[in-house]
Amino acid sequence: MWEYTDKVKEHFLNPRNVGEIENPDGVAEVGSLACGDALKLTFKLDENKRIKEAKFKTFGCASAIASSSALTEMIKGMTLDEALKVTNQDIAGYLGGLPDEKMHCSVMGKQALEKAIENYRGAPPLEEGAKIICECFGVTDKEIERAVRENNLATVEDVTNYTKAGGGCGSCHDAIAQIIEKVRSEPKTETKPKLTNIQKIRLIEETIEREIRPSLKHDGGDIEIIDIIGNRVIVATRGACSTCKASNITLKHFVEHRLKEFVSPDIEVEEVAK
Amino acid sequence: MSVIYLDNNATTQVSEEVLDAMLPYFREFYGNPSSMHSFGGQVGQKIRTAREQVATLLGAMPEEIIFTSCGTESDNTAIRSALTIHPDKKHIITSRVEHPAIHVLCAQLVTQGYRITELSVDKNGLLDMDNLEKNLTPDTAIVSLMWGNNETGVIFPVEKAAQMTRERGILFHTDAVQSVGKIPVNMKNNVIDMLSISGHKLHAPKGIGILYVRRGTKYSPFLIGGHQEKGRRGGTENTPSIIGMGMACELAGKNMQKENTEVKRLRDKLEKELLARIPQSRVNGDTANRLPNTTNISFEYVEGEAILLLMNELGICASSGSACTSGSLQPSHVLRAMGVPFTMAHGSIRFSLSIYNTEKEIDFVIEKMPEIIERLREMSPFWNASQSSGAGN
Repeated sequence: MWEYTDKVKEHFLNPRNVGEIENPDGVAEVGSLACGDALKLTFKLDENKRIKEAKFKTFGCASAIASSSALTEMIKGMTLDEALKVTNQDIAGYLGGLPDEKMHCSVMGKQALEKAIENYRGAPPLEEGAKIICECFGVTDKEIERAVRENNLATVEDVTNYTKAGGGCGSCHDAIAQIIEKVRSEPKTETKPKLTNIQKIRLIEETIEREIRPSLKHDGGDIEIIDIIGNRVIVATRGACSTCKASNITLKHFVEHRLKEFVSPDIEVEEVAK
Repeated sequence: MSVIYLDNNATTQVSEEVLDAMLPYFREFYGNPSSMHSFGGQVGQKIRTAREQVATLLGAMPEEIIFTSCGTESDNTAIRSALTIHPDKKHIITSRVEHPAIHVLCAQLVTQGYRITELSVDKNGLLDMDNLEKNLTPDTAIVSLMWGNNETGVIFPVEKAAQMTRERGILFHTDAVQSVGKIPVNMKNNVIDMLSISGHKLHAPKGIGILYVRRGTKYSPFLIGGHQEKGRRGGTENTPSIIGMGMACELAGKNMQKENTEVKRLRDKLEKELLARIPQSRVNGDTANRLPNTTNISFEYVEGEAILLLMNELGICASSGSACTSGSLQPSHVLRAMGVPFTMAHGSIRFSLSIYNTEKEIDFVIEKMPEIIERLREMSPFWNASQSSGAGN
C-alpha cells in the first residue's frame, strides 16, 4: 500500500473544486484513458485578471485526484503569471509530499495548468525558426528536439509518448527520426534537467541497454537491474561478470561512470548481495 | 470498523483450528524432529501426520510431499530441478499469465542461455493447446503452466497438458497455489510431475509451501544442507507451520463442497449484481473455466487504486490490476496478455472470496460498490463524454 500523507488522503476523499466551469477563460486536457491518468482543468478570471475559480475532472489514482484538488486550491487568487510559477514540486509540497512513484501526478497538474493558461492567451507564437513537424498535433521541430535532448529519447515511439508528435496519421515519422538522429549526434552537454522518477528509470534502462550491456556481453557477462531506489541503482551481475573478481571495479569504474555521464552525476551503483 | 476481506487470492486468514494445532509447537514441543531424544522425536511424528494430511488432500503418497518455505520456493525448485536433471536441454515453456515466481525466474534464465516460450492466451485468458503441442521440442526441459490464475481465476487444462508432455518425455510442473483447496485436485488422475502449493492461500500461515514431486520423477534439490525431507530440501523443519499446513489441508478437503457451492454462489451473486447495477462494467476471464471464489471486474472510466482506497474507507479489501497499484507504468501483465484494453485494465478490481465470507458482507459490497464507482466517475473527464456519445450500454 502507498504511504500517502494525511493531506493526500484528505484531498482524495474530499476533493475541492470538482467539475467543469461553463464558458471557462482557459481550459486544458492532458493525459489519456490509456495512460491511466488524465486531467481536465478549467478556470475563470475575475475583473483584475486573477483566477477566480478553477475546477478539475480527473481520471486516475488517489494522488492524481489529490494533486488536481491541491492545484485548483493553490492557484485561486493568483494572476496567470503567478500561477505559471507554480511547479509540480509546489503541488507535491502542498500535499506534504508524494511517493516518488507518484510524482508524475503532480507533473500532470503542472502541465494542465500551463496548457490552460496557453489556451487563454492564445496559442503561443512559434519559436523563432521553428516549423510544424506533426500536423495532427501541431508539434514543432524545436519541441521535439527539446524533448529528445532533455529525456534522451531514442525512438519515434518515445517521442510520441513524450510529445504526442507522430501519434496521428504517422506521415511525420521519418522527419521525427531525422530529428532524433540529429540531436543524438550532438555532443553531450553537462547541464542535465531534473528528471522525474519515471524518466530516470527509463533513462537508466536505456543507458544500460545501449552503452553498457554490449561491452559486458562482449566479455561474456551481463548485468540486470534489480531495483532503483532514489539515485541508488541496485544491479546483479550475470554470466562471466558474476564470477569475475574484478566485477566490482567494472561496476564502479564502468557502469557507474556511464550512468553518471548519461543519467545523473548522483547515481551510485551497488551490487545486490550474492 | 469491521473488515470485509475479499482478497483471499492475496492471502487468507489462518483458521482457528490451524492456529490451535500449531500453538503447542511454539510453546511446549519446540524440539527438533531430527533429535535422538523423544522430546524432539514426538514432533517428527506430528510432521509425518501433517505429510499424510497433505497427501490425502492431493490424492498423493506422503513421500511425494516436500515441505518448502513458500509457493515461490516450490516454483523455483521445480524449474531449476528440471534444468539440472536435463543439462543438455535449454528450452522452457510457460505462459504469458504466470505468477512472477515463474515469470521472473524465466526472464532471468534467458540471460543464462535458456530459450523461453511464453504461450499466449486468448481474450478470455484460455490457452490454445495446439499451440502448446507445436512448441514442444526435444530441447524442451520442462513445461510449467499455472492451474488457476491468481488474477482472473481462469483454470488451465493442466492435466491434459501434462499428458501431452508425458508422451514426449518432457517434465510438467504446475503452479497450483490458487487451485489446491478451491477445486478438487487428485494426483492419481493425472500425470503431472511437480506441483506447487502455498500454505497461506488455504488458511495455513505464511512461510510454508509444498512441492509435490511424483514418485519416480527425477529431482534435484534447490536448498542443500541437512538430510531433512530426505535430502530433497535442506533446513530444519518449520514444525509449527508444517503441522498447521497439515490441518489446513484436512480442513480444505472437508470444505471443498462448500467452496464449490456456497462460496461460488456468493461470488456469482456479487458478480451478477455488480454487473447489473454498474453500467460499463465487465468480467475479465472465462467464466466457464474459473475458480469458484474469484471474479475480476473492470469498471470503465475509473482507476483501480482510487476504487480500492474508497473501498478501504468502508473496510472492504480487494485488489486491482491497475498500473498505479503496482508502481509500474503498465497495468497487470495478465490482463494485457488477454488483450483487455488499457482503459478497462486500469479500472479492474479482483474480488476473491473464502469460506469465511458471509451473505451479509456480500450484500454490503453490492450496496456500496455502485456508489464508489459513481463517485469516481463523476470526477472522471471521460464519463460524461462517454454518456453523451452513447458509448457502451
